[in-house]
Amino acid sequence: MIELQHLTIGYGNRAVLTDINQTIPDGQMICLLGANGVGKSTLLRTLSGFIPPLSGKVLLQGRELSSLSLSELSRSVSVVLTERVEVPNMKVVDLVGMGRSPYTGFFGTLSSEDRDIVGKAIEMAGIASLAGRTTDTLSDGERQKAMLAKALAQQTQVILLDEPTAFLDFHAKANTLRLLSQLAHETGKSIFLSTHDVEMALRLSDILWIVLEGRILSGTTDSLTQDGTLKRFLEPFELSDLQTSHIQGS
Amino acid sequence: MNYKLKLLTVLLALLAVANVLWGSLDIPVRDVWHILCGGEVEDHPAWSIIVLQGRLPQMLTALLTGMALGTCGLLLQTAFRNPLAGPSILGIDSGANLGVAIVLLLLGGTASIGSLTIGGHLLVIVAAMAGALSIMSLLIILGRLLHSGVMLLITGVIISYVTGSIIQLLNYSATEQGVFSFVMWGMGNFASVGPERLPVFCILCVLGLLLALLLIKPLDALLLGDRYAENLGVRIGRVRQLLLLVTGLLTATTTAFCGPISFIGLAVPHLARLTLGTSSHRTLMPATMLIGANLALACNLLSTLPRDGSLIPISVITPLIGAPVVLHVMLGQNRNTGI
Repeated sequence: MIELQHLTIGYGNRAVLTDINQTIPDGQMICLLGANGVGKSTLLRTLSGFIPPLSGKVLLQGRELSSLSLSELSRSVSVVLTERVEVPNMKVVDLVGMGRSPYTGFFGTLSSEDRDIVGKAIEMAGIASLAGRTTDTLSDGERQKAMLAKALAQQTQVILLDEPTAFLDFHAKANTLRLLSQLAHETGKSIFLSTHDVEMALRLSDILWIVLEGRILSGTTDSLTQDGTLKRFLEPFELSDLQTSHIQGS
Repeated sequence: MNYKLKLLTVLLALLAVANVLWGSLDIPVRDVWHILCGGEVEDHPAWSIIVLQGRLPQMLTALLTGMALGTCGLLLQTAFRNPLAGPSILGIDSGANLGVAIVLLLLGGTASIGSLTIGGHLLVIVAAMAGALSIMSLLIILGRLLHSGVMLLITGVIISYVTGSIIQLLNYSATEQGVFSFVMWGMGNFASVGPERLPVFCILCVLGLLLALLLIKPLDALLLGDRYAENLGVRIGRVRQLLLLVTGLLTATTTAFCGPISFIGLAVPHLARLTLGTSSHRTLMPATMLIGANLALACNLLSTLPRDGSLIPISVITPLIGAPVVLHVMLGQNRNTGI
């Protein structure tokens, strides 16, 4: 569980989002929605520990994020980023094995236990058939799943994903989000992701976080529909019919 | 141990022996063996000096230089995530050149590198080190601003031009002997270390190579990019500093003692990747060290080909081996990106 208390995030003197008070519970998939530039990536970077908060606290299982050592952090939070990882000669199984490096010794050699964990992570991500392929031969969707398997092998309570559905085709998007939702429910991990795929996020997420007018509003799709937040979020883009289709669908 | 690594080790032993047995002067194999066992050849007392103070230190120098430059290339290619990075292409050894030029041409004036005392020689190393480290720091800063690998390579070329023009200016105003010793140094020579400076050279190289081993695990993580590496618990800042120190130390040491030796640093990591078919530094780093040493020993053997007591400069031979590898890598990239 992650608690955000009076959290202000940004770079240097420039605050992007101020006074955030939210909770990311265990076992749920949370989708972060918002227009470009509202601070989605900044929030993810702050939660990953890449940049410090400007003020306020991020509590990870009750402990302040900034008080964790880099090694503790690497065993608590894993990330899937938008950077394209393409290493010739690196097999998917080796890439996923990199997720074990917070646990391995001086040269990073995997023990048989580590290899079991890697195998399970590959299976959970549904890419067993790709294990022997090199990363430069994967499609974008396959690569995204390989990075997810790396995050699973890292065995962290929290997985943060920055726009995991960008660059994917429609089927791969739905497939990825369903997989993430299923993983959150089955493993009890907190899975937190930013996305621009509003319709799928409305349908598949357990909790939505919407960045609107400099604030983060959270709730289930239904509760955000009822209090009018979704309407306010979608209207400027003339997409409010999505909301209706969701209600009709559900 | 991987059987390919074993083969490379056997090859290394063979080449090392060959380097002692053959040189620019014909000495019968039996006599070389006799000298190595502590004996002397009565008719030719000079042969002992040639074998023990010439060929043996030269073989060790070539071996360690090859290891050092190959390792530098591997570290730089992973750190910059650029297959064309290497100490010579990025202009790091031109920084060392400039440092040496300032010492030899401006400060030392008439001092030739062969007659330098150990103190003077240490000055050359310190100068080469300072030059190499300044260029490395500059590259690391620019690397953050320039995201394209091609831009970084162009920067390396520009750095080489600028240091080249400063060196020309220094040459212009230096004495004839200063210019001669600088030109001779610049041709690359594994023989210039000699038995008296060999301990210092060995200590510096081995130190650099051991420090490089500390980087094996973080380098693997760096293949995924800085952010991923950081998330896997790698202290990026500290790793970059150590990397800067190791490549600076190894490039500066080898350049100061043997002159600028191009292409080994660039080509060897690719040969290692091609041979081993892996991206893991646990295997790549020892393979790079072995292939680097093998290549340098082979170059050293080739340099004795004239058979008249003279040596072909090393920097004439290495580009002939390095250039095809660079072309191969560039063509491979072309296929991947479709540019």
